[in-house]
Amino acid sequence: MSIQTIEDTKVKAFPAKPAEVIAFTAKARRRFDPLAIAGKLASALLPPIVVIAVMLVVWQIACSSPTSSLPPPTQVWNEAYDLIAHPFFDNGPQDIGLAWRVLISLQRVAIGFGLAAVVGVALGALVGQSIWAMRGLDPVFQILRTVPPLAWLPLSLAAFRDSSPSAIFVIFITSIWPIIINTAVGVRNIPEDYRNVSRILRLNQFEFFVKIMVPAAAPYIFTGLRIGIGLSWLAIVAAEMLTGGVGIGFFIWDAWNSSRLPDIIVALAYIGVTGFCLDRLVAAVGAFVTRGTTAK
Amino acid sequence: MTAYLKLDHIDKSFSRGAQVSEVLKDIRLTIDKGEFVSIIGHSGCGKSTLLNLIAGLTKVSAGAVLLEDKEVDSPGPERAVVFQNHSLLPWLTVYENINLAVSKVFGRSKSKAERHDWIMRNLDLVQMAHAKDKRPAEISGGMKQRVGIARALAMEPKILLLDEPFGALDALTRAHLQDAVMDIHSRLGSTTIMITHDVDEAVLLSDRIVMMTNGPAATIGEVLAVPLARPRRRVELSSDRTFLRCREAVLKFLYERHRFVEAAE
Repeated sequence: MSIQTIEDTKVKAFPAKPAEVIAFTAKARRRFDPLAIAGKLASALLPPIVVIAVMLVVWQIACSSPTSSLPPPTQVWNEAYDLIAHPFFDNGPQDIGLAWRVLISLQRVAIGFGLAAVVGVALGALVGQSIWAMRGLDPVFQILRTVPPLAWLPLSLAAFRDSSPSAIFVIFITSIWPIIINTAVGVRNIPEDYRNVSRILRLNQFEFFVKIMVPAAAPYIFTGLRIGIGLSWLAIVAAEMLTGGVGIGFFIWDAWNSSRLPDIIVALAYIGVTGFCLDRLVAAVGAFVTRGTTAK
Repeated sequence: MTAYLKLDHIDKSFSRGAQVSEVLKDIRLTIDKGEFVSIIGHSGCGKSTLLNLIAGLTKVSAGAVLLEDKEVDSPGPERAVVFQNHSLLPWLTVYENINLAVSKVFGRSKSKAERHDWIMRNLDLVQMAHAKDKRPAEISGGMKQRVGIARALAMEPKILLLDEPFGALDALTRAHLQDAVMDIHSRLGSTTIMITHDVDEAVLLSDRIVMMTNGPAATIGEVLAVPLARPRRRVELSSDRTFLRCREAVLKFLYERHRFVEAAE
């Protein structure tokens, strides 16, 4: 009973205090603006840093025993130091830095994704614009888009008889579906007023496409592009594992075959960071291009 | 004698599946060159549908729209529309919005410098030259509507169609724009058809007021000539007897003879 009464009094005392505290922070913010910014930055950066540190420590402890099948972080740092510190070394055809390998993979993604963007926006515009194209093509798209990327690889190898174009084709076929579908939705959502404007001006199909349709659907198109670039980065690593060559995907497979586990872990970090950057790049381009359309 | 614009026994019905709803029935009207005609009626009476028919954005079910004795069956820049919600393209600047229209309509007949001058002349006409590099999101509603008017005028239309152009604006901005439209009409003598639901606006701006009965199957109930000399000034007119008489005639039509009954579903 006595404990309850203590709690009661605490609760009563509380309401008076927060009011003072609120008044204080408001004043402090105005006076020490740079500090507030630093505080914001710290609140954004500190949590992930702490989480990563904790993960590394747990990983270190978990993999420290001599019988452990995976290397701890210290071993990764020691054995793969060359890969971490020198991303741009070049010692001949199969002995190059990870940055070079990532760039080679990125080049394939650029070609495959670039083609997918062009074809995807064109097909999406067709499907969004014409009810008959939608009825005919939409079921086909809906089925094909569920096919996993690597399932296309054997067929593509048979058709192109070379690993590099096959890998590019896999990227193309993986990333095109979200681009088509999002573009179609964007085109279907073009306000009737914009269509009326173009009809009064008697814009032809091409002028309508360039001047009204693409800018009006741009926010949707960029959503599709952003999903597409993520998928194509997923696909290229998997495709390169199978096709060989010099990309980052093949590097992982090669490292596995020669039991260099620390190298694989470093490569994973490279892939993750690159994928993150690609996503942010497309998002940034999208935000720049659609800056006029979002605010009405 | 042939009229400039003739609406010849127009019917319009929309069908959704087996359900056919008759919107307009037997619309007959002739409009002379340079005339300013307002179409007024309660909401849902098919005013906007009628404007879309003249614009060619929708097709008539029966009858015909004749402009200089030629049948209108598709939209075109010689019947420019100022939409209620301005319909400027948000990703283009004010200048680019008008340029889209000008380069399409005068792309061959005018040089680049002439087109630029023409765009700036139309922007000056609506006093928006200062905002030529702004995007629609950066200017007020009244300014957007001015740009919408400039875009329509820049097409050098035979008929200017205004679809409740001031409906979404506050009273003061609306008055400014009405003055601007009167000024432009007196300078260019453009044939104008305006949809409105504002009695004062109709009387102030029009040579004739077309009053529509309530739908379904709405038609023209009455046409009132407004014999007021131009230029008209709203302050003087507010106590003018002719103005008040016209205003009363429209009000009587709308609120006594064709009172709007809220449709019970």
